[in-house]
Amino acid sequence: MTELFMGLWSSYGFPLLIILFKIMALVLPLIICVAYLTYFERKVIGYMQLRLGPNTVGPFGLFQPFADAIKLMHKEIILPTAASSFIFIMAPILTFTLSLVAWAVIPVGAGLVISNVNVGVLYLFAISSLGVYGIIMAGWASNSKYAFLGALRSAAQMISYEVSIGVVIACVLLCVGSLNLTDVVMAQKKIWFVIPLMPMFVVFIISILAETNRAPFDLPEAEAELVAGYNVEYSSMTFALFFLGEYANMILMSALTTILFLGGWLPPFQCSFFSMIPGVVWFAAKVAFVLFIFLWVRATFPRYRYDQLMRLGWKVFLPLTLLWLVITATVIKLTGWTASMSTGVLS
Amino acid sequence: MKTKFEKFMRAFYLAELLRGMLLTLKYFFKKKVTLNYPFEKGFISPRFRGEHALRRYANGEERCIACKLCEAVCPAQAITIESEPREDGSRRTTRYDIDMIKCIYCGYCQEACPVDAIVLGPNFEFATETREELLYTKEKLLDNGDRWEDALAANIQKDAPYR
Repeated sequence: MTELFMGLWSSYGFPLLIILFKIMALVLPLIICVAYLTYFERKVIGYMQLRLGPNTVGPFGLFQPFADAIKLMHKEIILPTAASSFIFIMAPILTFTLSLVAWAVIPVGAGLVISNVNVGVLYLFAISSLGVYGIIMAGWASNSKYAFLGALRSAAQMISYEVSIGVVIACVLLCVGSLNLTDVVMAQKKIWFVIPLMPMFVVFIISILAETNRAPFDLPEAEAELVAGYNVEYSSMTFALFFLGEYANMILMSALTTILFLGGWLPPFQCSFFSMIPGVVWFAAKVAFVLFIFLWVRATFPRYRYDQLMRLGWKVFLPLTLLWLVITATVIKLTGWTASMSTGVLS
Repeated sequence: MKTKFEKFMRAFYLAELLRGMLLTLKYFFKKKVTLNYPFEKGFISPRFRGEHALRRYANGEERCIACKLCEAVCPAQAITIESEPREDGSRRTTRYDIDMIKCIYCGYCQEACPVDAIVLGPNFEFATETREELLYTKEKLLDNGDRWEDALAANIQKDAPYR
């Protein structure tokens, strides 16, 4: 009996514990990052509008996210009578879970990844596509016209821009020759893909803005026209979960940009001083930079009109990315150059 | 033809967008204009029309002579005055109420007052938790006058040349 128990423990229990520990080690800092991203956003946008942003709760307003969290937790969860309650509650949970699940394959440093799967890019793509469901469910279950319109807009927008994101990622994958995210990073040892694939980097940044429903593509939650879009009927923690999910998605997309174009955890130059700083720090710094671009863009541009958004997605980005895909493939075929061959990480 | 090409290139390189972003980045480093309100306060003119106060003379006698000009001029009819002769024969108010919820802070009562008794002071932080607290009585107004006398006298002094 004891032997059986010990066998079970060593073959299932202990590895499970290790996995749980790994998940906690990733998710806890992530949640804190999400909380501080809201603070960072308010500060950055405030500074760009000649304001100070939150500065009262704690030193420099650093406890503001906690104050907000406590406030949200104490509020009442309102279930509209017309809403279909099960789906209504499930929608924010799904959104939030999906935004965390995607982090399983993101390598935050050399070897620091929960599961180093060979189809990491596909996995990420699948998860980010599923994100639409949370929003559609919220819009449908709320049984409110604003929420419904917001959800429809959001779904159409995310699907449109996922196409160009997919093609951009295909360009990167052509240069790497692997779907494994760790390989993608290691392929950038000589040169970050942001330089040879510059136009694709810009397209990718703009597309992830649309994908995460951020300004200037925040039509799904356009305050002026749709009051708040798909989350109009939500309050308290259900709303907070949507909010956290949206911000976790922002961080996820920034991490993806970092991995695909900015060399992941690799330092910009291979000199001893830069190599001394741990990879996680480089990774975090790059993600923070991309997030700053997110906020910077939000502080700068007015919202896109819906038809302009669709035109940009289907009539500009799609042809452009397809053209660039052909160019990339041709160049690689003609010169025989791939990053993996030049560095020899894949063998 | 060239203009079309130029237009295309400008759109392709996102020139306008980058210029806009540079502008916001410039503002990011500019000096901020925020007034840290409860700790810092903005400048208030001597003519500022805030919370009401009933003033007294230096010897402690109240200024108000119950002429009821303020009650008559008040466009919101926020002032209620009742009066009768005091033991020494002088006419005084027995009741001087201002409904601070009705009041529109036009300052006509101050303009009408022949003895500078009712004045609108520099205080604007008198929010209350109940409605009843905003129905000011004579005691409350006189108390305000005592508390703000220095500021009130200084403001009247400063504004005197323009009247």
